[in-house]
Amino acid sequence: MKYGWLWLLALFVTAAAVFSPGASFAWPESSSFFTPQGPIAQAEKDHFLQTAAITMIAVLPVLLLVPLILWRYRYGNRKASYRPKWEFSGPLDLLMWGVPIAIVAILSVELWQETVSLDPYRPLPSEKAPLEIQVVGLDWKWLFIYPEQGIASVGEMGFPADRPVKLSLTSDTVMQSFMIGALAGQIYVMPGMQTQLQLMADAPGLFEGENTQFNGAGFPMQRFRAVAQTDEGFANWVAEVKAQGVPLDPQTYGKLAVSSTPAEVHRTLASPQMPADAVWFSPVAPDLFERVLRRYHQGSALEPGGQPGSFLHDPDTLSQSLPETTQ
Amino acid sequence: MSGTSSLHWLIGRLDLSSLPILPALANPTPSEIVAAVAALMVILGGLGVAVLITWRGWWTSLWRDWLTSTDHKRIGIMYIVLALVMMVRGVLEGVVMRAQQAAGLDGGFLSDGHFAELFSTHGTIMIFFVAMPFIAGLINYVMPLQIGARDVSFPMLNQVSLALTAIGAALVMISLVLGKFSTGGWPAYPPYTGIAFNPGEGPDYWIWSVAIAGLGSTLSGLNFVVTIFKERAPGMKLFDMPLFTWTVLCTAIIMVFAMPPLTVATLTLALDRYLDFHFYTNDLGGNMMNYVNLFWLFGHPEVYLLILPAFGIFSEVISTFSGKCLYGYKSLVYATMVISVLSFTVWLHHFFTMGQSAHVNAAFGVASMFIAVPTGVKVYDWMATMFRGRIRLTVPMIYATGFLTLFVIGGLTGVMLANPTISYQVHNTLFLVAHFHNVIIPGVLFGLLAGYHYWFPKAFGFRLNERWGAISALFWITGFAFTFFPLYVLGLMGMPRRSASYVDPSFEPLTWVAMFGAALIFCALATLLIQLRVSIRDRAQTQVPLGDPWDGRTLEWSIPSPPPEYNFAIVPRVVGRDAFAEAKERGQGYPKPAGYEDIEMPRNTMLGMVVLIGGTALGLALVWYIWWLAVLSLVVMIGAFIAKSFVPEPHRIIPATEVAAAHEAWLAAIAKASPVTRAQETSAENRGLAALEMPEGAA
Ligand code: HEM
Ligand SMILES: [Cu+2]
Ligand SMILES: [Cu+2]
Repeated sequence: MKYGWLWLLALFVTAAAVFSPGASFAWPESSSFFTPQGPIAQAEKDHFLQTAAITMIAVLPVLLLVPLILWRYRYGNRKASYRPKWEFSGPLDLLMWGVPIAIVAILSVELWQETVSLDPYRPLPSEKAPLEIQVVGLDWKWLFIYPEQGIASVGEMGFPADRPVKLSLTSDTVMQSFMIGALAGQIYVMPGMQTQLQLMADAPGLFEGENTQFNGAGFPMQRFRAVAQTDEGFANWVAEVKAQGVPLDPQTYGKLAVSSTPAEVHRTLASPQMPADAVWFSPVAPDLFERVLRRYHQGSALEPGGQPGSFLHDPDTLSQSLPETTQ
Repeated sequence: MSGTSSLHWLIGRLDLSSLPILPALANPTPSEIVAAVAALMVILGGLGVAVLITWRGWWTSLWRDWLTSTDHKRIGIMYIVLALVMMVRGVLEGVVMRAQQAAGLDGGFLSDGHFAELFSTHGTIMIFFVAMPFIAGLINYVMPLQIGARDVSFPMLNQVSLALTAIGAALVMISLVLGKFSTGGWPAYPPYTGIAFNPGEGPDYWIWSVAIAGLGSTLSGLNFVVTIFKERAPGMKLFDMPLFTWTVLCTAIIMVFAMPPLTVATLTLALDRYLDFHFYTNDLGGNMMNYVNLFWLFGHPEVYLLILPAFGIFSEVISTFSGKCLYGYKSLVYATMVISVLSFTVWLHHFFTMGQSAHVNAAFGVASMFIAVPTGVKVYDWMATMFRGRIRLTVPMIYATGFLTLFVIGGLTGVMLANPTISYQVHNTLFLVAHFHNVIIPGVLFGLLAGYHYWFPKAFGFRLNERWGAISALFWITGFAFTFFPLYVLGLMGMPRRSASYVDPSFEPLTWVAMFGAALIFCALATLLIQLRVSIRDRAQTQVPLGDPWDGRTLEWSIPSPPPEYNFAIVPRVVGRDAFAEAKERGQGYPKPAGYEDIEMPRNTMLGMVVLIGGTALGLALVWYIWWLAVLSLVVMIGAFIAKSFVPEPHRIIPATEVAAAHEAWLAAIAKASPVTRAQETSAENRGLAALEMPEGAA
């Protein structure tokens, strides 16, 4: 074959490329569903591997046969047979259509079942009532509001392990996507709209949370710690947030909602008692989450200054444009 | 601002700070310097080309033979030149982004905004100004030849479509020198790209370059569909068409139906930005989900629009270089049609994570998976085509090999992404980036490069250098593997796409592996350009004037290389598939015509140039709010169309004697030449006349 040495080199390099990922990294324990820390991520990983394995039935023959055919039927090999007019075989065609259809049919059944059972809106089976957390996506940080506990936090999401967590999410700027990979997949958050996500951690631990939808300069900084705790640990955490938190009234919310990274928020709002990468709030203005949602449904255009993330926004107008709730 | 505000009526919102060179002088950070160098490259590159043309005295021939030509072959070549120029920029941007992420642990050398501009221009350029024009160029060149036509149905419209595409590309290039491009990614989702969040010129550059080029694609699509239905040589039934032409038909139909949603999406976004509409704003009932749906209603068919012609090219290449007719022609045609229809039913898989109900997600997931079936069947058909062939591993076949082996891995991850449960985890991560590059580079790009090598001798009368071609192809294959396989893993590790930097040190090693791959891809691009240079230098040894260097099977190989402007001296009568191969076997490849006739060809027109200049001015005027210029350029363009309709004689006649002289001379050269076997395919003896090689015993 022409340029045989080039081919060998290319084959070698390509193989090296395929295997290099395997050799040169360590899984980050806390940020990937490949090291799942809860039932949803575990199921997603299983489904991932299973789909890959079944699809390989259709893929492997190609990877094996293409090099073989190329070699066996090379122009120079006069021993191989040559059938220039052969253009169709019924049984072969049946196989070519039949096998992929069968594979896809099997995969579709699984797809349907998994999609329904891992629906982010579906409550998780558990005797314990879920903990409710309201999440507001801001430029470039996440605000977690605990309506029952009357506290809120930026940069840190505390919750009890082994108990379902029900997140209601919205955005108070452009669209974002909320994900704690080790626990569950992502969901978009959009202004004026509410989405939901259910998740659960098997055991206490620290997990990375992030935004995966680009939303401007501070995007890579939009991360937080999800901290799963024992029931007791969670109760202590709530008590500590209550004790140390600063009040989250509309004025403070206006300052929080300006475009800023978690570190900048910490500098402007935190007190020395709070962890270096978090800001705690207590008490929290009632219905804050609903008021954020209603900001975009007031029947009139928002002034540019009153839209978080807009280029003219300022803290005062931001707090004024939060509507009162109807109650 | 205040200094220029008195000039506002004249230059809109342009001012000195729009020039990237000045901030780079004032504040020379690495990011600003990269921007300034890019701007200088555009300016110097443009000047350099202008000086070269002047020095060689090429202006007249450039104007007469190219810019005002309505010949589908010349328009095709101009599309491909445009695509190659833009590809240089797109690849360089890709390499810079990989370098940024390799250095990106806690920082890197680019500012966040600059990185965002890079992925936005890279994505926009690669899709709209590399893949699309490359495809439009190959279709333009090859399809009329394959169906035995003298031109497309609407040659002038064809020229205008090229101009519209070039306007889009020009706007993206100008954004390097004047102001900044969008940072909203290639889909430009609002509200981020809305006026409240990004009041600058960036999103407007994106809107007008995509809207105007998209219009060009719609018109091209119409032109191709009509050409295939109306201009086929007598006797050629639909099921006699070469497979490439079949894929072009399907692609052209997709163009006609998929481009309008994009036009609507961009223009409604423009209404939001310019006239205070509220289609996609956060307030007053706007809803960005409508944009997301519209965009992908275009965006998913778009990827099939790109890949189907590449499938067609691989069908031609694999069958020609295996010395066999295509296995399962009908299967391949049906698979192509099924894909075209299904491609309109799966757009929702681009946003499984937007919060709709599980059953909606599941339905679209199943539909998405089923597209894998006809695609898989095609791969098997190509393998069966190679089976019991006589395979020559020429450059297009190297690309085809890379395609078959790498593309199925992209297909595998595509099937995985069709699962909403898996998408929840890997959507918006580098896993997705790896997946779509894995189908687009081995699928679309390799297909286009295979087609470039395959049809180059047809267009220019000499073959490309095999050795440099093989080196470049192997660089592409290995470079692709090293750049993008690590990204799958990074995605599974949770690294979001579009990240200028990251804090997790475990991401770092693999970003370096990918950086190494990007360096290989850079070598692939460099060797591709070297190959062109070397091939032009050595062209005396690779002449193929007789027209059939690869022992081709379809009509385009039955005419001289390069073909005369009227393509066929006598329009061929077609019976059956693989018309030229069959004729050669019967020993009737080069029949002597009974007589010749006058040929009527469309005249040159400058309409395309008026549209190009007027449209670029219009785009710039809209981006920079220069209203007088917008009105003026619109009036000029509309006026040109009206004036053109008064030109009485749009055709000119090529006399039969002239046609006869050229054709007889060519036939005489063939009669004198000695045919070559495939063993001599890449040697200087191959002048484009193929010897018949049949299986032992059968001949
Ligand atoms: C040739 C070498 C190439 C390299 C090194 C390269 C590299 C990259 C990189 C680094 C990104 C950004 C990934 C991120 O979001 O973090 C990207 C995005 C992208 N690339 Fe490429 N790419 C290449 C070729 C192509 C080709 C041939 C196409 C299409 C024809 C393409 C289409 C895209 C698109 C659509 C995006 C997404 C832009 C966005 O995020 O909006 N690329 N590429
Ligand atoms: Cu929504
Ligand atoms: Cu799609």
